[in-house]
Amino acid sequence: MAQQTAVLVALVVLTAAVALVWRRRQGQVRVGAARAVASTAWHEDLAALGAAPGARATFLQFSAPVCAACRSTARTLAALAGPDVAHVEVDATEHLDLVRRAQVLRTPTVIVLDAAGAEVARASGAMTPDQARAALDAAAPTDLPSGRNA
Amino acid sequence: MTSTDRPGPQTAPPAGIDPRGPRVGAGITAVLLAVVVLIGPRTEALVLLAVVALSFLPGALVGTHATWQGLLFRVLVRPRLGPPEHLEDPRPPRFAQLVGLVVTGTGVALGLGGVLAAVPWAAGIAFLAAALNATVGLCLGCELYLLGRRFRGARV
Repeated sequence: MAQQTAVLVALVVLTAAVALVWRRRQGQVRVGAARAVASTAWHEDLAALGAAPGARATFLQFSAPVCAACRSTARTLAALAGPDVAHVEVDATEHLDLVRRAQVLRTPTVIVLDAAGAEVARASGAMTPDQARAALDAAAPTDLPSGRNA
Repeated sequence: MTSTDRPGPQTAPPAGIDPRGPRVGAGITAVLLAVVVLIGPRTEALVLLAVVALSFLPGALVGTHATWQGLLFRVLVRPRLGPPEHLEDPRPPRFAQLVGLVVTGTGVALGLGGVLAAVPWAAGIAFLAAALNATVGLCLGCELYLLGRRFRGARV
């Protein structure tokens, strides 16, 4: 019994550790690190998906049917989308080639593209509105879209 | 208690479920699995693990609302809570039930085949997944789903 108790305690500790690490990494915006990956022709991929890029930035979200966090992230990003910011949601399971090329490992993964269609940031897991805004700032620093007449 | 008063027009999926239901159910399941781990490699543990595995069956076939844990949530827990912030797509938790069924079912099959040592192992793995689901809403199977699809696609 003592041995079983020790096993259960170890399991609880492992659960807590995984939970803490996972929660800290949820939606964490990684800027720049991904730039080397495949900042190739994202605009072409968007066109192939039948989607138009945003004039300022694009949230390219990879989702899956079995993904609850994808729904909340989609709501968050859709709320930020507008005339200059596009939110494009892709079913990862239907675009596995793109998923491999973009090195997407889990859903939701959000790739933030700048106006030129280059990847500037990405995040995996449920995104909060604050994290989404931070990602947007990484793509297009918050100066006025109309110009720099300061 | 199943007829809900919807808080205004919502963009939730048509047959949305209360997201707290699967998590409460996972908590109940995690407690049972912890007991299996505590019993150790014995017949009693095998019987309890079989009960847990059978409980996953309606969840995997129909959805979490069809399990007895889901019933407990609706009857005992939900009346004490406010309405959920939003409803949730029932497919992810249903997939999680399938993962739970496969893990615990493997343990039961091995146990019936005479490998009783596999019973606490399967219970331990399932406990990790259920406890993560209950505490922080992490669905381990869902996290690994895309990796599985990538792997399977690569081999074809």
